[in-house]
Amino acid sequence: MQTPDNSLSITCLHQHHVSFGAKMVPFAGYSMPVQYPNGLLWEHRHTRTQAGLFDVSHMGQIRLSGPHAAQELESLVPADIVGLKPGRQRYTFFTNAQGGILDDIMVTNQGEAGLLLVVNAARKQADLAWLQQNLHGSIEYLEDRALLALQGPEAESALKNYLPGIEDMRFMDACSMNWQGVELWISRSGYTGEDGFEISAPAAEASTLCSQLLEQDAVSWIGLGARDSLRLEAGLCLYGHDIDEQTSAVEANLSWAIQKIRRTGGARAGGFPGAERILQELESGTANTRCGILPDGRGAMREGTLLFANAEDTAPIGKITSGCFGPSCERSIAMGYVPTSLATPGTRIWGEVRGKRIGAEVSTLPFYPHNYKR
Amino acid sequence: MTPSDRRYTETHEWIKLEDGVAVVGITDYAQEALGDITFVDLPDPDQELEQDQECAVIESVKAATDIYAPLSGNVSEINEALEANPETVNEDPYGEGWLFKIAAFDMDQFNDLLDAADYEAMNEEEDDNE
Repeated sequence: MQTPDNSLSITCLHQHHVSFGAKMVPFAGYSMPVQYPNGLLWEHRHTRTQAGLFDVSHMGQIRLSGPHAAQELESLVPADIVGLKPGRQRYTFFTNAQGGILDDIMVTNQGEAGLLLVVNAARKQADLAWLQQNLHGSIEYLEDRALLALQGPEAESALKNYLPGIEDMRFMDACSMNWQGVELWISRSGYTGEDGFEISAPAAEASTLCSQLLEQDAVSWIGLGARDSLRLEAGLCLYGHDIDEQTSAVEANLSWAIQKIRRTGGARAGGFPGAERILQELESGTANTRCGILPDGRGAMREGTLLFANAEDTAPIGKITSGCFGPSCERSIAMGYVPTSLATPGTRIWGEVRGKRIGAEVSTLPFYPHNYKR
Repeated sequence: MTPSDRRYTETHEWIKLEDGVAVVGITDYAQEALGDITFVDLPDPDQELEQDQECAVIESVKAATDIYAPLSGNVSEINEALEANPETVNEDPYGEGWLFKIAAFDMDQFNDLLDAADYEAMNEEEDDNE
């Protein structure tokens, strides 16, 4: 579906957002709600204390099936997909021949139905082409499904009224559930650092599902603005900003997502694009590392801000890839790349903001503790 | 309502004369457009200002917006309370949310600024063009 002037796509929940007074902005070719009348700070805090409902239907949902789907997918990603059990979800990324990241994705083993991939909106056409070019099994783009996220400490209690049994799921579990005769695909995961769920629903039923969820006091619509500040507080990467085709997963500090079996010495070591660089980097390290950065005070150090080892230096050592005021941290927070020798938490560095050098400290991630139900 | 006891700029600052100095803030229209304000970077006290120069920055979570000096003159005082409570600019843009004061300004420059009616008319036109 498109906006009236055909310049942007809309999700099946567009009318819902407009009727709730959302401010709609262009994002990855879609008209998306950036915030609702309560505002970004309120929405951010509401998600941390109650339950936030996000429309992320702009993201791509792709299903791979066939007897060799998992083996085939392993030829494009460095994660253990063959060992991913039915009913489990895992974070991974498509790599290119240079070991850079083409997209970061979530993979769910849906058992006999196959593998469900959730990919970034801006990358979905490229991902689809990449899969079609490289895989032989069935690749189905699921255009007619909405994707919702319900995030926050009240997400479980808000959802279990409609979906009894949901409370038994753990972080990164996934299942199919029946809601009023409609099949929902649910995972206990998200992009906020909070406990919560992502729900794939048939597009035609999504609006009714949202209306029911919103009947509960704890549940409110949350826009993409708060989604970004929540994920940054949680230390999570945004594709195209913190990671891209040039960054390797190892320098991006995502080595945790490369399981032992795909590393040197593992039973299925390598075998994905750029494996040579990545396996080498896992052994010997990288020149630069993505790390958390805490600028002094409340002023934001935004994407592109150059970083320096000393207040007087002229040669930058790195730059910020994401930065904003963290509403729950109540201070400025950022992520960026610095030389690995300076990536030790507590190291003082400087960023140049509007011509002024502002002090900052290298920090561990996340900035706000994860609240996953493990 | 746009207070009629002060003047306005096309860039949404207001300027009010008070005890011989010009108090500067942003309008209700501006704070509404910016959203939740999280940080205000004010000029240095005593800083010399040229009319229309960038002299302060107001940040929301998503963006940073420049504030332009509505008059040439000297910064005589800044609103230090905004350092801890920048949200005051959202809550009371025409009162407690003032940004800084300018002394030794040119009265002719002040008289050339928009009055409340002109400012409101400008915003209506902008909204119509959206």
